[in-house]
Amino acid sequence: MTTLTSMPSGILDASLQQNETKRFAGNDWFIQLRQLGWKNFEALPLPKRDDEKWRFSDTRSLSLADFTVAAAPSDADTAKLIGQSHFITRPAGLIIHIDGHCVLRPVIAPELAAQGVKFESLEDALRHHPALLKEFLLKHEANLGGAKFLALHQAWLRAGYVLHVPKGVEITQPFVSVNWTLTEGAAIFPHALVVAGDHAKVSIHEFNLSALPDQRALAISAADLHAGTGAHISRFAVQAWGKNAQSFEIANTCGGRDALITSVNAALGSRRARLENTVRIEGPGADVRLYGISVATGEQEFDQRTLQIHSAGKAKSDLLFKNVLLNKARTIFSGLIKVAPDAQQTDAYQTNRNLLLSPEAEADSLPGLEIEANDVKCSHGATTGQVNPEELFYLLARGIPLAVAQELLAEGFLEEVLSKVDNEEAAAVVREMFRQKFHTA
Amino acid sequence: MPDSLVIKNLNASIGDRAILKDFSLTVPKGEVHAIMGPNGTGKSTLAKVLAGHPDYTVQSGEAFIDGEQIIGQEPDAIARAGLFLAFQYPSEIPGVTIANFIRAAIVARQAKGAPFDAKAYYAELYAKMDALKMDRKFTARFVNEGFSGGEKKRCEILQLMMLKPKYAVLDETDSGLDIDALRIVSEGVNRLRGPDMGFLVITHYQRLLEYIVPDRVHIMYDGRIVHSGDKDLALELEAKGYDWVKKDLASA
Repeated sequence: MTTLTSMPSGILDASLQQNETKRFAGNDWFIQLRQLGWKNFEALPLPKRDDEKWRFSDTRSLSLADFTVAAAPSDADTAKLIGQSHFITRPAGLIIHIDGHCVLRPVIAPELAAQGVKFESLEDALRHHPALLKEFLLKHEANLGGAKFLALHQAWLRAGYVLHVPKGVEITQPFVSVNWTLTEGAAIFPHALVVAGDHAKVSIHEFNLSALPDQRALAISAADLHAGTGAHISRFAVQAWGKNAQSFEIANTCGGRDALITSVNAALGSRRARLENTVRIEGPGADVRLYGISVATGEQEFDQRTLQIHSAGKAKSDLLFKNVLLNKARTIFSGLIKVAPDAQQTDAYQTNRNLLLSPEAEADSLPGLEIEANDVKCSHGATTGQVNPEELFYLLARGIPLAVAQELLAEGFLEEVLSKVDNEEAAAVVREMFRQKFHTA
Repeated sequence: MPDSLVIKNLNASIGDRAILKDFSLTVPKGEVHAIMGPNGTGKSTLAKVLAGHPDYTVQSGEAFIDGEQIIGQEPDAIARAGLFLAFQYPSEIPGVTIANFIRAAIVARQAKGAPFDAKAYYAELYAKMDALKMDRKFTARFVNEGFSGGEKKRCEILQLMMLKPKYAVLDETDSGLDIDALRIVSEGVNRLRGPDMGFLVITHYQRLLEYIVPDRVHIMYDGRIVHSGDKDLALELEAKGYDWVKKDLASA
């Protein structure tokens, strides 16, 4: 059957969205949240080329048409993909989604459950812990340009996980969330909600992949991270969707007094991938470290927008984003550090380094500072360049061929960030993913 | 000569400055030859030109490893042909561990697709590190990053021991070394001496040659060899100083 009309379909179809919303009868606040998302989505325009928050992005190719919410996967596909989802041996908990359907509900150790640790699918958590969700879910607007995308995420919100580690509970072994896309044209809207109570310690790793490398998919993800007083959150998010995917991630991180938050974003997949990462430092003594790494090949566009907001003084934030570019790939890094007038003795740093391995690749960098306090240490810097010729000669002089030497130097360049990942097994998985990507570039 | 490193009438420059001027020298395999000379005479340029450094232009001349022409080849091909350059100032390679670096160099010398024996590799690597009194933890350290001068030079000799070239050019390996490090590095070199390897030891000072006793000593000045002799020439040079080279030998 051929459709010749331009009626909205799939995720742009209001009646489909409303139908799905009906599933949440009994959770009126959640229904309202989804409805508000839809309303905002309809009211907001798609970003345009002259939009400052989308500077250097290829806005012309932005399109949300022809994506659908896919049906639940078959048992065979489910079994196969669950089998491919074990990136870490013995995680503290593992949750798996395929096309936005939770196919593996997490089981956590009884002693963790006894301490009040919760690791559940968003849908389960909606039923079991609505108060927690009401307090922490989607409390911040997307202020880096992705408001329309976040609104659509909110309108279709269903998939994702909730991880709550109560006060004083420390867990070293990472929790793992795996998201797969499977169906051609599938749209998914996974959410990550992490709440660490005072002095709690938690680590979460997210792997986002496509079952088929060429599959068209749309992923609009959002993450809310809340670290209480003295809490530690470590997050490692791996974007490895298929090469024809479009992906958007909007992350919001709040750090309370003396909180320590480390976040590492690794980007490999998607035709275009945009990451918006906002950090809010709300308590003195907080220490937030934001890292990003990517290897962009072909005609990929990786678009990274970050904001470090210091509302409380005597806190620190440090950002390092490193990109390796091959072929005709493009990366955009736009970062802003904002220091409020009374956030004295802030230490805030921002560095973007881009390694160009091809004359046709392009890296744009837009670092920025907005400082209203007078007693601060802030710096920002960006460098874009090729491999150091003396380092390259040193490798060549050992008989290592040019292509291998360049790859080694690029891997070394990424290692500075990969070494921040809190689990060597996960770092090794991603190191190997990067290696494969070099070999197929 | 098939079993030799042969350099014939080599002329090379950097920018428009001529540095090597009709330079010729033959190092038979199994021998250790030393090149001494004042600063700025072209010793390090010779090392880099042989290794194929892209900053230098060769106007004319040839260089052969056991009969294989290396001038005009890419640096990695020259290295695989059997020439090893121990750098005066080894580069720091952030993020690349010594173990992975040497492994990549060995894999580059294997037949394409040949399996890599990781167990045998580490056994050999550890044995050679022990010989050089290097902590085994160095395998996980990034190449030369944060190394002391002595650690960098030991790392060069470790690579030399692992890669087993036909000819090794040691460029001022003694610079930046204290006496203990000098002894360890020299022992490493002496252990490699044998019928299968030739050495060209470039040094400014006679000191190194007390530990690595050369078969031949050549004095280089203004881009070419101006005088050659046996190991005693180094002592004579030490006694007479480089003014002797400039005044008497340069005009010879």
